[in-house]
Amino acid sequence: MTTGRFGMFGGRYVPEPLVPALEQLDEVRQKAAVDPEFLAELERLHRTYTGRPSIITEVPRFAAHAGGGRVVLKREDLNHTGSHKINNVLAQALLTKRMGKRRIIAETGAGQHGVATATAAALMGLDCTIYMGKVDTERQALNVARMKILGAEVVAVEHGSQTLKDAINEALRDWVTNVDDTHYAIGTVTGPYPFPEMVRDFHKIIGIEAREQILDLTGRLPDAVIACVGGGSNAMGIFHRFIEDADVRLIGVEAGGEGIESGRHAARFAVAQPGVLHGAMSYLMQDEDGQTLESHSVSAGLDYPSVGPEHSYLRDVGRAEYRHATDEQTMEAFRLLCRTEGIIPALESAHALAGAIEVGRELGPDALLLINLSGRGDKDMHTAASWFGLIEETS
Amino acid sequence: MSVGTAQVLERCRAEGRAALIGYLPVGFPDLETSIAAMVTLVENGCDIVEVGLPYSDPVIDGPANQRAVAQALAGGTRVADVFDATRAVRAAGAPPMVMTYWNLVLRRGIDRFADELRDAGGAGLITPDLIPDEAADWMSASERTGLDRVFLVAPSSTPERLARVTEACRGFVYAAAVMGVTGVRSSVGAAAEDLVSRTRAVTDLPVCVGLGVSTGAQAAQVGAFADGVIVGSALVSTFFDVTPREGLDKLGALTRELAAGVAEGRAR
Ligand SMILES: Cc1ncc(COP(=O)(O)O)c(C=O)c1O
Repeated sequence: MTTGRFGMFGGRYVPEPLVPALEQLDEVRQKAAVDPEFLAELERLHRTYTGRPSIITEVPRFAAHAGGGRVVLKREDLNHTGSHKINNVLAQALLTKRMGKRRIIAETGAGQHGVATATAAALMGLDCTIYMGKVDTERQALNVARMKILGAEVVAVEHGSQTLKDAINEALRDWVTNVDDTHYAIGTVTGPYPFPEMVRDFHKIIGIEAREQILDLTGRLPDAVIACVGGGSNAMGIFHRFIEDADVRLIGVEAGGEGIESGRHAARFAVAQPGVLHGAMSYLMQDEDGQTLESHSVSAGLDYPSVGPEHSYLRDVGRAEYRHATDEQTMEAFRLLCRTEGIIPALESAHALAGAIEVGRELGPDALLLINLSGRGDKDMHTAASWFGLIEETS
Repeated sequence: MSVGTAQVLERCRAEGRAALIGYLPVGFPDLETSIAAMVTLVENGCDIVEVGLPYSDPVIDGPANQRAVAQALAGGTRVADVFDATRAVRAAGAPPMVMTYWNLVLRRGIDRFADELRDAGGAGLITPDLIPDEAADWMSASERTGLDRVFLVAPSSTPERLARVTEACRGFVYAAAVMGVTGVRSSVGAAAEDLVSRTRAVTDLPVCVGLGVSTGAQAAQVGAFADGVIVGSALVSTFFDVTPREGLDKLGALTRELAAGVAEGRAR
């Protein structure tokens, strides 16, 4: 396996001008990973800024609808800024400063990574530009306002599908132009090496905490760990610590959109073949010629035609399994958690809930499920309210 | 095998001038016009044609090329169309180099793509998002078929990278002489000449420069220090907002201006 690969997946498929920046990043992050000063600073931010460790919450009234076993949520939604994304961003912002760069840029789909990046930039005094597909700026308008209030410039990308994929294209164009003083903080476990490995490492704290917490609570390991998979960062974050626990099933839930037959979905593992997009070899929704296909999902954060290379690897070697939840199943699961537990999840995370309902019913009342609740749903109120017909459309 | 880029660059060098290398994407503004346009390039003094393969996610292209490529894809351009274009360019008398993002080659199969390209008179591939580190399969396919492989160097390239990249190239080296995406630029910066001399320090291969040249004067300026002057966005733009016929006329005129620019030669 060459460096930076997970089996055949990953690699560094980038324009040559970016290679020195990737080499610098790799060197700096490897040094930081063993530098007590860096680790202490990150730990302090986790504790005093993000609010780590995030708690776990057992949800029996929800579990009653999911096969009647026990269901435990890892509450990344309670992190400062409202999702797991902050774990990665704070670390990359620290690295940005270590590399002597003064500007940080990012793509965002749901807006959570954008908000987290804008937050870290405000905290550390960095200039910040966020690229977001135009479609996503409309469906996640609240987060656009948050980023702007935090002082970031938000660029609405009007090419292609006007979603996450196109935001990444535009961020890469910015980076190749301004790489001297700019760090591109990729928001998930995709992109050229070292991003998939580095971003996973910045999120693995989720699984480290959760494993201990669920052992404390229940005295045993869960039967399955379940997370939604867009690029796959929250899933890799919670999976990683459990990979060696061979009896724990790792289950990723992709966006089934309007159903596989409709062609309007982001269930890469249901239909895709390996290919290269945005610097990495991984499963990719593409046509016969290798042109990228447009994905679709009710949730902007899962609306991406490729997936992190480590997930492709875990799937091919059989260590993780992937299923999908349609928009409709997701919205039902979303409502169920709201009504039974008083927790409003992000639509991305609601995919994991929908997957858990199925898995719980398959496993029955003895099951113990751990779900990564990757984010909170405030940003999705508009989508949810119109889905359930809760707002009168006024003009 | 028919003449390769090395011979053409050698001939230009013997004439005391840089080569003119023109880029146009297949299928823009439509397939037929795009092929006629590439032939027009050759007829008006272009020495090597870069045949662009439209791709859905052209991350190192600026607005002009993005617009052209999106139109080509919307018009139904397929990967196989590139081979019609290379045949036409070859028949017109210039070596065609295909410029493509890597997934299109991967998807077709590297060996199959190489065989088809060679059979269609192609001279080789320019690969903007494939670095030598990831190119083992392409290295062996190009060895087997005798195709040229052109990788990029950039102002950010360290001496180690320059050595690594140029060692992997065959035919020539592509110096992307400004940091950023493709697009017309108003001036030729000092960085370009510096990159060329740093590249020459590690290789004997010809070094061709792309940096957004759009006029004969700029072509002369770059041709004074580079072995080849690569022009893309300016050529593509001749087809914006005009009929194909008008576009071909504008393209012919611009190509002649650029060819006259490189013909001014260089002080040796
Ligand atoms: C709350 C939440 N969960 C999940 C995701 C999907 O990303 P990933 O698969 O990298 O966790 C997003 C992305 O925007 C998100 O905001």
